Amino acid sequence: MESGLMHHVALWLAAFLTLGIFSFLYRDNTWYKVCEAIFVGISAGYWFVAYFWDNLYTKFWVGVWVTPMADRPDDWYVLYVGAALGILMLLRLVPKVGWISRWPLAFIVGATAGLYLVTYFASNVMLQIEDTVRPIFGAENDAPIYEIIGNIVVAVGTFTGLIYFFFSKEHRGAFGRAAKVGIFFLMITFGASFGYTVMSRMSLLIGRMDFLFSDWLKLIK
Amino acid sequence: MRRDIPLLITGIAGVVFIVQYFIPHFPFNRFSNWFSDWFSIVAACAIWLGALNLFKLSLEKIHARREGWGYAVITIVCFLLMTVVGFSEGRDYSKVGTGFDWLYNYVYSPLSSTMFAILAFFVASASYRAFRARNFEATLLLIAAFLVMLGRVPIGDLLSGFMPPGMRLSQLATWIMQFPNTAGQRAILIGISLGIVSSSLRLILGIERSYLGGD
Repeated sequence: MESGLMHHVALWLAAFLTLGIFSFLYRDNTWYKVCEAIFVGISAGYWFVAYFWDNLYTKFWVGVWVTPMADRPDDWYVLYVGAALGILMLLRLVPKVGWISRWPLAFIVGATAGLYLVTYFASNVMLQIEDTVRPIFGAENDAPIYEIIGNIVVAVGTFTGLIYFFFSKEHRGAFGRAAKVGIFFLMITFGASFGYTVMSRMSLLIGRMDFLFSDWLKLIK
Repeated sequence: MRRDIPLLITGIAGVVFIVQYFIPHFPFNRFSNWFSDWFSIVAACAIWLGALNLFKLSLEKIHARREGWGYAVITIVCFLLMTVVGFSEGRDYSKVGTGFDWLYNYVYSPLSSTMFAILAFFVASASYRAFRARNFEATLLLIAAFLVMLGRVPIGDLLSGFMPPGMRLSQLATWIMQFPNTAGQRAILIGISLGIVSSSLRLILGIERSYLGGD
């Protein structure tokens, strides 16, 4: 098949699938369900292949079979333990011995918990606090007015927001008023995040419309 | 066997990663490298497990002729198509010009981006219901969202063109994102992180066992 014809087939296929998903806006229908089934199958296949070549092949296959013995690290054989854990994970598909998949699952849970415990504490707690406690007028006392106000807003907003999340003490009196200010900041955050999300979805929508009207129908030059 | 060994594995894996952070030297750096490799292999097998389970459930649906079995046929055909093409391409499966790349660009990509694009319509209908200025907090949410949305498009600056350059809607949206939004995000982030730290500790110490399931 020549490339020009293949390109047209590709455009029509992509347009068919795009319109199929958009048809859900009218109501649930067969066209949408067909596109949804294609999406599920193609996605599963995509990740199946990607994880094979990027993880299994690169980590295990290359380490155990492809790399010459002289170039291997002295502990290359421990990769077999990883492969054994992987096989145990797949045994979940066999109901009689499915319980053994808890072992690799426990490994994943433990490793993730250990990794997150230190990294989240170091980056998301300590670094965030460090970035909040900054000189209000700038490091050289030369910050513009909008930045000075902004620095005060960040310090007050973070502190009162944290007070709102502190549930071990009843939100009454001065503590309650601080928590109330925290709610105001959280509402601004939710509003800003919402607006940002809407704009990113709109951007995707514009991208699809651009494809339909420009690439496919050639109505927009 | 069914409960004690998994708890032991969780504890060892967790402790090794914590200790390795504070003592990044032999033997903990080596353990950490091993565990990272194993993690990649097991994660890949977990993805395979999910895909194979989808394959198995779809086959069962077709075999039992349950409602919507025709869609399960399409799912299986597409899954097999993508995997056969992907494996036949070899290690360079994702290079430009391969069959896998063609399927990604003209099937996977339009479907996934359109799936997310239609959320714009649902978000619009949800915001119509949510964006009612019933009280001060809701009004703050409404104003912040409105300013950020309007500040991100050219019409925002067109409408506020009469204002001094630093006060236009695009700058206002940037200021909201940079300062009040950062403050709220930070409070949420610190709260979530402290929650993750305590949950991780419960998992490593074997107090939290729900991930092991029943019996």
